[in-house]
Amino acid sequence: MKHTISVLLQNKPGVLSRVTGLFSGRGFNIESLCVAETLDPNVSCLTVVSRGDDTIIEQITKQLNKLIDVIKVTEITDKDYVEREMVLIRVKAEAHTRAEVLRVVDIFRGKVVDVSAKSYAIELTGSASKIQAVLDILRPIGIKEIVRTGIIAMGRATKTK
Amino acid sequence: MGKISGSQAIVKCLLEQGVKTIFGYPGGAVLDLYDALMDSEITNVLVRHEQGAVHAADGFARVSGEVGVALLTSGPGATNGVTGIATAYMDSIPIVILTGQVPRALIGNDAFQEVDIVGITRPCTKHNYLVNNVEDLVPTLREAFHIARTGRPGPVLVDLPKDLVATKLTYPEITPIHISSYQPTYNPHPVQIEKACKRIMKATRPVLYVGGGVILSNSSNELTELARKLSIPVTMTLMGLGAFPGTDELSMGMLGMHGTYTANMAVAECDLLIAVGARFDDRVTGKLSEFASKAEIIHIDIDPTSISKNVKVDIPIVADCKNALKAINKWFDTQSNFSLEEEANRHKPWFDTIKEWTTKHPLAYRENNSIIKPQYIIETIHRLTEGKAIITTEVGQNQMWAAQFHKFDYPRHFVTSGGLGTMGFGLPAAIGAQMAFPDRTVIDIAGDGSIQMNIQELATARQFNCPVKIAILNNGYLGMVRQWQELFYNKRYSSTTMDVTPDFVELAKAYGAVGLRATKKSEVEPVIKEALATKNLVIMDFKIEREEGVYPMVPAGKATTEMLLV
Repeated sequence: MKHTISVLLQNKPGVLSRVTGLFSGRGFNIESLCVAETLDPNVSCLTVVSRGDDTIIEQITKQLNKLIDVIKVTEITDKDYVEREMVLIRVKAEAHTRAEVLRVVDIFRGKVVDVSAKSYAIELTGSASKIQAVLDILRPIGIKEIVRTGIIAMGRATKTK
Repeated sequence: MGKISGSQAIVKCLLEQGVKTIFGYPGGAVLDLYDALMDSEITNVLVRHEQGAVHAADGFARVSGEVGVALLTSGPGATNGVTGIATAYMDSIPIVILTGQVPRALIGNDAFQEVDIVGITRPCTKHNYLVNNVEDLVPTLREAFHIARTGRPGPVLVDLPKDLVATKLTYPEITPIHISSYQPTYNPHPVQIEKACKRIMKATRPVLYVGGGVILSNSSNELTELARKLSIPVTMTLMGLGAFPGTDELSMGMLGMHGTYTANMAVAECDLLIAVGARFDDRVTGKLSEFASKAEIIHIDIDPTSISKNVKVDIPIVADCKNALKAINKWFDTQSNFSLEEEANRHKPWFDTIKEWTTKHPLAYRENNSIIKPQYIIETIHRLTEGKAIITTEVGQNQMWAAQFHKFDYPRHFVTSGGLGTMGFGLPAAIGAQMAFPDRTVIDIAGDGSIQMNIQELATARQFNCPVKIAILNNGYLGMVRQWQELFYNKRYSSTTMDVTPDFVELAKAYGAVGLRATKKSEVEPVIKEALATKNLVIMDFKIEREEGVYPMVPAGKATTEMLLV
């Protein structure tokens, strides 16, 4: 089962290495990883996607918490969080498929960021399921290259007072 | 206040932290530091290999409860210390390792004697630092000591660039340490304590499974009170030996791969397993699916990652063992409808079963009237020292026989590399222990293989007047590996026969120490007596039975009830 974990860390050199070292040292796999500064320049937020059953995820969470530089570890669930990922896709765009590609981009509210005689590069942002949908639609047309950022997430604000 | 150099600040900080002895080996990157140390009151134990320095700091910490300190130079000095650091990490020992580093401008340049020791030790330290600004120097050191000694203790490394320690600074005032991202839980949750106590009251076949955490948290008294008050039999892990008196009638001895028959059977048949400061290591559990399969499990540990890591726990209590045990004792003390005699009576059938197991399969070995049996040596050492000496061990059969046949009644008297199993640990650790307690008897139980791994530390022991007694259980083999080859590889002794071994008696003399030898059983006691009476470093070379085995033994992958017996 896929799990998304958000980790708040001290923004110091070597801290990222500790986190990734923890994963590799214990045989936990990292599917994607995204990290940057937060409002507080001394704190970074790292979002990591890993796969495993509940016991494995519990161990990962506890081991992360044990690191001296880790401030907080939260597991993300769809209900309480907004999640987004950005992807750049280079799609084959021959004469007979160019229009179709542009239509798909429009439907998914993406943007064309690069053009060539035979291809378009598309920038798209969305949830993991939206990204997956776009890739599924574009695959038959011909995807030449994908670069993904990995998921980031933020808690939803409470709607009631 | 005037400005002092980084090195002088480091010395001042060590003294501020209560450090009076450090173990180390100089080199280019730490010249400044050693110069500053020369004028201080700190004793610098010069070892003969950096691995020895870290093991000595480790042994010092284990027996004294204080933070051990090692000082190594950059490059090969630091890498030589890695085994020692990993040893301390696996056994949760509080040590601070100071390593020299090339000047900041040269870092990352493949400079002479440069290694990324912070990168190399990231997985085997509790935490580590590279100091980049001189204002961070003293706060980092203070933080390093704090992290080493609090929560679940562990080794902390501080990498010190050569130019930084030469820079001048104003020594900062002490401020309270507050690391927002590091807040261990020391106090148990009262709800969990109550749950645990109520469950204990219902148990008819309880067992206390006690590990190194009880010794690290100095809670032997609270544990002993609990076991006796509630009449619960106790079994100890290798790291927990001494946490509960081994000669007490409630003690079932060590459990696990080479534990007693009684201890392993009791754990398999108990209905409540109370784990205190232990981590369900694979040497203890054997086949996980069958470990304590009839029991509910209460687990008291300061480290949440140890709880439910290998074995599902029913009542987890994250806390310092001492606080948790105190809370449990207090809960029972305030129970009005609770009587000690009733508890003892309720457990009587269980104790009868336990006694049957011990009668059927006591810890034993085939005695011999002339050939020296290693178990006899251990028993004799225990008898002649009244169990009061500090015993360090190397690793392998020597270590297991020491754990089995020497009953430890006091904590911090058994110093052994449990988690990593590092051969060559015993001698330098004994030196560290002796430096902590110059007036106590310190004995290193070694094998002829292990002792050669850090044999150079004989010089250290001599230079610093450490009258350690080394008992070499000499069988000409790498014993433990040979035993596995005998049992599982058709006695194919591949690379376990040491055809060449030095004459240890002559070697002792070469170092200015005393060398004694025993080749017959009748010579064992006189040799040990003479060693104990000698005010010098002593090597006792015991030529023992060559193919003796450690039993009981739970083969790898088997349940702990499937023991091979003598």
